Amino acid sequence: MDIANLTASLPWLRPELLLTSYALIGVLIGAAYREKAAGVLATLGVLALAGAGVLALLAIPGKPQEVFGGALVIDSFGVFAKALIAFSAAATLWLGADTMLRAHDRRFEFSLIVVMSTLGMLIMASANDLITLYMGLELQSLGAYVLAAFARDDARSSEAGLKYFVLGALASGLLLYGASLIYGFTGSIQFGDIAADARHGDVGVVFGLVFLLCGIGFKLSAAPFHMWTPDVYEGAPTPVTALFAAAPKAAAVALMARVLFDPFAGLQAEWSQVIAAMAALSLVIGSVAALVQTNIKRLMAYSSIANIGYVLMALAAGPQAGAAAALVYLATYLPATIGVFAIILAMRRGGHLLDQLEDFAGLAVRRPWLGALLTVLVFSLTGIPPLAGFFGKYYAFQAALSAGLWPLVVLAAIATVVSAGYYLRILAIVWFQPPVGEIERPSGAVAITAGLSTFLVLGVLSIGLGPVARWAVEAARASFGS
Amino acid sequence: MTLAGVAFYLLSAVAVLSALMVVSLRNPVHSVLFLILTFFSAAGLFVLLGAEFLAMLIVVVYVGAVAVLFLFVVMMLDVDFVELKQGFTRYLPLGLVVAVALLAQLVVVGGAWIERAGPDRAPLASVPGLTNTETLGRVLYTDYVLLFQLAGMVLLIAMIGAVVLTLRHRPGVRRQDVAVQVGRSRAKAVKLHDIRPGQGLG
Repeated sequence: MDIANLTASLPWLRPELLLTSYALIGVLIGAAYREKAAGVLATLGVLALAGAGVLALLAIPGKPQEVFGGALVIDSFGVFAKALIAFSAAATLWLGADTMLRAHDRRFEFSLIVVMSTLGMLIMASANDLITLYMGLELQSLGAYVLAAFARDDARSSEAGLKYFVLGALASGLLLYGASLIYGFTGSIQFGDIAADARHGDVGVVFGLVFLLCGIGFKLSAAPFHMWTPDVYEGAPTPVTALFAAAPKAAAVALMARVLFDPFAGLQAEWSQVIAAMAALSLVIGSVAALVQTNIKRLMAYSSIANIGYVLMALAAGPQAGAAAALVYLATYLPATIGVFAIILAMRRGGHLLDQLEDFAGLAVRRPWLGALLTVLVFSLTGIPPLAGFFGKYYAFQAALSAGLWPLVVLAAIATVVSAGYYLRILAIVWFQPPVGEIERPSGAVAITAGLSTFLVLGVLSIGLGPVARWAVEAARASFGS
Repeated sequence: MTLAGVAFYLLSAVAVLSALMVVSLRNPVHSVLFLILTFFSAAGLFVLLGAEFLAMLIVVVYVGAVAVLFLFVVMMLDVDFVELKQGFTRYLPLGLVVAVALLAQLVVVGGAWIERAGPDRAPLASVPGLTNTETLGRVLYTDYVLLFQLAGMVLLIAMIGAVVLTLRHRPGVRRQDVAVQVGRSRAKAVKLHDIRPGQGLG
């Protein structure tokens, strides 16, 4: 690669460069001012993440652009995913830093790690060879391991961090083993070359693909690789759980879609069974296990497993319909889940965060506004028609139907009914049980995030869903159309 | 059999046997020493393949850093290895099933490699007249510059993470302050008493 290629590539990387500069400058500011810098660095971090989202949206290429000698590909699918990732990360960092500062935890590294982890997610969304894929994944995961153990004096948080690290390292090992098989049998790490070669259908390539899917499935927390999710969600500090539930999911879905539809589009007959099985297991385990949870964070963990099931069902449908449906699903799911976590972070009594389901009793009496917002958000997660969540599920079902995946669609419909059971249980506790104590006034960041996400779920995404869905379909066609 | 063939079988046998010793020995220090032997044998295999740079890297990084770190952990930390091994016999059947399944998969993949459909591929385009190290140096900072920088970010986040999880500012710790030590004057440090005989300082 010569210098001309390098200088032509750099402008496509503006979002990533912004986050990198923030991280490098932030380390220096933090080293000089220590605890005093925490507030400023958090604000700058939120601005940098939102700015990265805007920068990504400002440069949508007409046709896929391979940069850095094919290490990355910039296409409209990637830009869509990057915007989702960056804005979700900005919202959750705002929530998280606000909660940390209120708890007098002034470690400035929190914002730095979140932003660098998000940088890894952006790389994942536009990876175009096996090494870039792994580097992005590892950058994102290393940040996540540290964040899970961030409350280092809390035994549960340390346990969550250790468990996540050990299992994550195992998943990375599986993924690397798969990548080495693919490289050995196709002779290339570039997705384009792999696609040209994978058509032979070598057994070794299929083996490698399955290992690769196991590794990515772990990061997605898709069943049967979900075991870590409830423990890590429960043990990690609540602001960190909110982070885990939003942006990393979008990044892993984007990576999964790219791996399936770009290098291995020719092996759809092989991978569609794997993806369909993962989708079915995620739907069943996520919905059924959530019914018996008493901790809201564990409940949200199982809810996220079930939701990944719908996304995988969409992906099993194949390149164009699948990618578009997955993007629409993420665009409707992320605001709702961020909003729910904002309200979980608003549940404070005596300076402590509450995370038991019974603590929500009578929230609608004590804080009617929070109760109302939570109701709308939970209805959206359930998939009640006028709200955004319904349309996300609608696109996922439609994509699966168009590919003839009847059994999976029936299973998903049953899972939706079961999931209504535990979602409505939250609302029953919020509205109909007598209040058990006062709830502190929510902070500005929490109130604004909850309000904004409800606004997105309620108005913009149901009325404005047309343009978003059209854009998703366009992006899928431009990126994965043959 | 050529000399290279003899060396290959010798190194492979030592690698496999010492790996077996790593997991079966009782004394963890002996295990780590056999792990180092395994790494050395793997480095020898890389030399046979003509990848002398990778071989040196294995010796420097794995033997020099990782294995010695293991040795420190084993010797400095109070890890109860008897307790760690307690579940061994209970999980042995399950572990054997997984091991057999993995072995069967490896056999299938090996078979696929022997009779694969596509053309033979040589991913290494070796440049004549250049050593391994020079070839790597030529691509590492040009073709793979993005990945190189990303690796730097991965190391940075690992470093920040290690600091944030382990560094504690304890109050009341007495630290050495060189400026104060140097700035200490005779007047502050020494006092002359004129003691009368038989009375003491009292």
